[in-house]
This record gives sequence, C-alpha cells and structure tokens, in this order.
Amino acid sequence: MDFSPTELQRELAEGTREVLDRHCPPTVVRAAWEKPGANGPDALWSALAELGLPGALVPEGAGGLGLTVSDLLPALLETGRAGVPAPVVETALVAVPLLLAGSGHDELAGRIAAGDAVVTAALAGEPVPWTGSSGHALLLDTAGAARLLAQPAQGAEQLPSVDGSRPLARVDPSAGAAMTADPGAVRAARLRGALGTAAQLVGLAERQLEMTVGYVTQRHQFGVPVGSFQAVKHHLADALLGVRFAEPAVRRAGLAVDADPAAERPDTAMAVSMAKAFASDAADTVSRTAIQCHGAIGYTDEYDLQLYAKRTWALAAAWGTAGEHRAAYGDALGLPPAR
Amino acid sequence: MDLIWSEAEEAFRAEAREWLTVNVPDTPLPSGDTREGFTAHLDWERRLFDARWSVVSWPERYGGRDASLWEWLIFEEEYYRAGAPQRVTQNGVFLLAPTLFEFGTPGQQDTLLPRMAAAQDLWCQGWSEPGAGSDLADLSSRASRVDGGWRLSGQKTWTTRGAFCTHLFGLFRSDPESVRHKGLTYFLVPLDAEGVAVRGFGRLDGDEGFAEVFLDDVFVPDSAVLGGVGKGWSVAMATTGSERGLTLRPPGRFLESTRRLRDLAVAHPERLSGRLREDVVEACMRAEAYQLFTLSQVSDLVKGRPAGAESSLNKIWWSELDVLTHRTALALRGAEAGVDEQWSRGFQFALAGPIYAGTNEIQRNVVAERVLGLPRAGR
Repeated sequence: MDFSPTELQRELAEGTREVLDRHCPPTVVRAAWEKPGANGPDALWSALAELGLPGALVPEGAGGLGLTVSDLLPALLETGRAGVPAPVVETALVAVPLLLAGSGHDELAGRIAAGDAVVTAALAGEPVPWTGSSGHALLLDTAGAARLLAQPAQGAEQLPSVDGSRPLARVDPSAGAAMTADPGAVRAARLRGALGTAAQLVGLAERQLEMTVGYVTQRHQFGVPVGSFQAVKHHLADALLGVRFAEPAVRRAGLAVDADPAAERPDTAMAVSMAKAFASDAADTVSRTAIQCHGAIGYTDEYDLQLYAKRTWALAAAWGTAGEHRAAYGDALGLPPAR
Repeated sequence: MDLIWSEAEEAFRAEAREWLTVNVPDTPLPSGDTREGFTAHLDWERRLFDARWSVVSWPERYGGRDASLWEWLIFEEEYYRAGAPQRVTQNGVFLLAPTLFEFGTPGQQDTLLPRMAAAQDLWCQGWSEPGAGSDLADLSSRASRVDGGWRLSGQKTWTTRGAFCTHLFGLFRSDPESVRHKGLTYFLVPLDAEGVAVRGFGRLDGDEGFAEVFLDDVFVPDSAVLGGVGKGWSVAMATTGSERGLTLRPPGRFLESTRRLRDLAVAHPERLSGRLREDVVEACMRAEAYQLFTLSQVSDLVKGRPAGAESSLNKIWWSELDVLTHRTALALRGAEAGVDEQWSRGFQFALAGPIYAGTNEIQRNVVAERVLGLPRAGR
C-alpha cells in the first residue's frame, strides 16, 4: 500500500508545469479566443510533444513513452491548470489506446507520438471541441461503437462556445468511418475521457484557488485584507475541501483503469464516475467561489479568472456531467431507479 | 503507487475478521452513554483487551500488537464492518495515549498505559469550561503550586462520559500571571480524589453522556503533570491533532454507515426520489473519498510527511458526511423517522460532529489560515 504519487509522476508533472509556464501563460489562452488555432500542431502542441505527452501511452518501441494512465494523470492536471487550448486529453488519453487496440490505426498513433497529429474526441452526438485544430476526430457512442473521421471541421457546424478557447462544432454522428474496435475498448476510451477531464478540472480548480488567495490577500477594504474576513475564509476553505477530496479520487480511478484496461469490472466505471463527479463539482464550486471572492473584477472579461472559469464549466459538462456520473454510480450500487 | 495490501496485512485482516465474527455480540449493547450500557461496554472492552485487540497499534508490552498505521486502519475497517460496539474507552486510547507516548515520562507510560488498555482506568477529557469552548485558551481553571504537587480548582464541562469515567486529563492555568496560551499545564486527575464532584447530564438524545466536573482544591502530585509545567498548550494541541485527524473517526466507520444507507435505499424504492437517490450516492462516494484521502495521508505520513493543519479538512469532511448520511436515512424512513431507534439516534449524534473536537467554523479558520495561508485576525 503506497498511495503517494511516484517520483516519475511528480517529475513529469513538474516538467509539464515548467513548460506550460513558458508556453501557455494566460496571454496564450486568451489569444486562442481571438483566432482559431492552425490546423495541426502549433508551437504549444510541439512543446507538449517534446515532453512526450501526446504519445505518452504509445509503447516505447513505437516512439512513445510507454507510460500508464496513472503516470500521465498528474501531467494532465497541469494542462488543466494552464488551460491548454488543445485536445491533450482527447489525443493522449482517449485516442491513443483506442487507435492501438487492433483497430488498424497504429500509424496514426505513431504520428501522434511524433508530435505530428492532433486528434479530438467526444461522445457521439455531443458538441466536439477543437475540430479546427485537429486532423481527426473520434466519436464514441454508448453502445460501444466508434467512428473516426479526418478533417472533422469540414462540413461541421461551428457553434458559439462559452469558452472561446475551446471552440465547439456539431459533427454529423454518421460522418467518417466505423472503427473495428472492441466495445470494451470503446467503453474504456470513454472512461479515460472522463478521467483525464477530471484531472484537468482539479488543475483548473487549483489555479483559480491560487488566484483568489492571492487576490484576497492583497486587496484591502475597511483597512484590512479582505481575506482576513471570516466569511471569505470559510468560502475558500469549503472550496479547497472539495478539491482536496477530489484529487485522490482521480488518482484511484487512474489505478483502476490501469488494472482493467478494457473496463470489464463495474468498479472501474464507478471509480471513474466518482472522480468525474467530484472533480466537476469541486471545480465548479471553486470557479463560483473565486468569482464571488474577487468581487466585481471577477465579473469582467479583462481579468484572467474568466478564462479558467469558462474552461471549468466546459469540462464539467463534457464526458458526462456530475449528475450523469452519480446516476451511473447509483446504478452500479444496485439502487432502484428514482421514482 | 498502488492500493494493494500486502500478504501480511491481508492475514492481519483475516485474523481480525475471524475474531470479530465469533465475538461481536449478536444483539447490540445498550448505549454506552448510559450507566447501564457503560457497564456492558466495559465487559466488551475487557474481552477486546484479553484478545489483544483493544489497542492494536500500541507496543506489545502495554497490551498492543505493535500494529502499523495500515494495520490499525484495517482493524478499524473490520471493527465497524462487524457492527462491533462503540469504544467507550476511546478518549483515553485515541486522545490521551498518543500524547502520553509523545510527552509522558517512562514512569507515567508504564503506570498508565497498561491500565488504560485493560479498561481499568477510564479517561475523559477536561478541555471545555463554561466560559471557554472554541476559545479554549481563555480557560480559567487553575493549578496552584503546593508542597509536593498542585491544588486544582475550577469547572470543566461537556465532558463525554465523565459521570462513568475514573480519570480526567485536562488543561489548567498554572501561572496566575499568564494569559491565553501561556502558563497552562496539562494534568492527569483521578476523579475519586478529594474535592472532585461530577454531575452527569443529558445530551440532545437524552443519554447521560455529558458531565460537569467541579474541582475544589483538589490535590494532585507532581507526577500528575504531563509534558512539563507551563507547556500545556503545545501538549494539548498534539491531542487535538489526533482528535481531528484520522484516529478518532477512521474511514471504516463511514464506509459501514453508508453501506447501511445503501441497503435502506434498496429496501425503500417507494421513497427514492431523484434527489434522495443523489444524496445516497453522494454519501457513499464521500465515504469512499474519505477512505482514499486517509490512505493518501497515511502514505505521506509513513514517509515522514505529517498531515498538520490538513487534519482540519478530515474533520469537516467526516462530520458533514455523517450528517448527510443520517439525514438521508431519515428521509428514506418516512414517518418511521419519528421512532427512537438506531438511525434517529445516529442523526442526533451526527449533529454533534460539527461541534466537538473544535467546531467546523474553527476548522475552516484553521484551513484558511494554515493551509491556504490567508491573513489572520478579523473574526
């Protein structure tokens, strides 16, 4: 029994944070609102590829890092903290193992590992993020089928997105080609989408908390820092509480997914559902608390908090909402349906 | 990183489970917070001691098994899973004993620990006073130096099971010139000493689980001082750390109560609205999350990274989880919730959780100031 993050996990996360501090400051996230990313890898993606993140789960012999899902999660948390405006979770965590699962797409996985390919993914029928910058999109349905389409932005209906750095498009669910993937592999890919997103939500929550603690410490009213008021303290303590209890749930779900790569055991889906429900709720609470504790400046688009709050809301809604994951967890517990 | 128990730990679990299966009484004992129930619980405590299960994490020479923190967690999980009786010795075993191990003289340890393990001495906590609750440092009970020892005077209150216990540990102001945290001393006081009067009174649920302890010029020898004269505050804080953290309320307790909640929901599909179903799920997930948080904390602890102020996060979490669990259970019971039984009793007791061991308001201050680093003052 040793539930502390490993040295490798810490180092990869720290390395990722250093790279993102340089390559993905708030100005880069904000710039992604202004202009849609180029199709294919941009400078930020190349920096992530240099770290090996997109192909982290590709075996070493095929040009990847050969890591486990658990190894990668802390680095993905950092991509959440930085608000990386690109489909890192979709490429690295959802697509790679599915492309390698006997579906005849080893070549695309190899290009991902080389940093040359960007793949987005979504649940079939839901808005697809980042189609413009992705060379491919994966659509995963609940029955265990998957479709892969090239140049997904073509013919897709671009939607106005609340998070402007995460553009959304409506893609025809029958577009592209059906993959010859095992339903278990598709089910597992969906769980990894929820899990990677949960890790990013924890990172987003941590960033917004840090920004808020910094702000209420330097902002003075009534002659004292507003962070010295108990009402503000209690809001922030509650916000931290949810984050601190969500993070181990994400870590545990990583271990569960690694131990059951085809997601055959109900426990695996339960662990992921708990991680996504907790991370979604915790990050959502943090974002609203952060805006409230900032006061009026938190309600402006000039202040950077909104970049991370809006990403939080987008990710909380993706790959199953907290409510959907709770319902699934309740089913697995054997609870009768709600009357 | 893993969540796998070793073979030795699994063997320990199997041994604990087997003993508990054979020995846990089939019908629940009457509440240990009543005089009659307390006696029944003492018999149980002595059975635990005889089989060396009363203080598993202590050294063997004091009646323990030298169990690791991991094994202790396993034992607690099995204990609650087996539906075993509440531990009426817990305030001694889990709150005083860690302090004795850290600050006690060899003489104090050798005298007090074996008797505590065997439930011969029964310890209650003397922190709160009528005028000092959350603001414990404002306490006014005092200790005056006399030849060969000290004279204690004052009043302690909200003392859990004080009317049934034999000894009290508590804080007294030993330097009359001192204020706040300075000049306090931690004393160990036999309740049969001359000048001690104890009055039990009812808690919210009606059980006589509370007591006031009046001390009128009570003599105690120098050996009754724990951790040094004037050092009481830092010695006491070591105890409150255990109280808030994992030792008082281990995850197994909540895994078991939420398992029972789930069974209750399955038995009452007719009352399971969407909202109640979400609450059941939320409670079950929170119990699991508490387990995971604890495993993470203990993993850090065994590598030499103690939890510190983070133990306030545990306390807020488990106490609010307990309220959620019992509220949801009562809602599932419908009008039966008015019947005085396990769930309605549990609900009333759960309401104490956010108050005892430092109110959750105080815990939130601790989290904000010592974990998040927000500026102090400004209440």
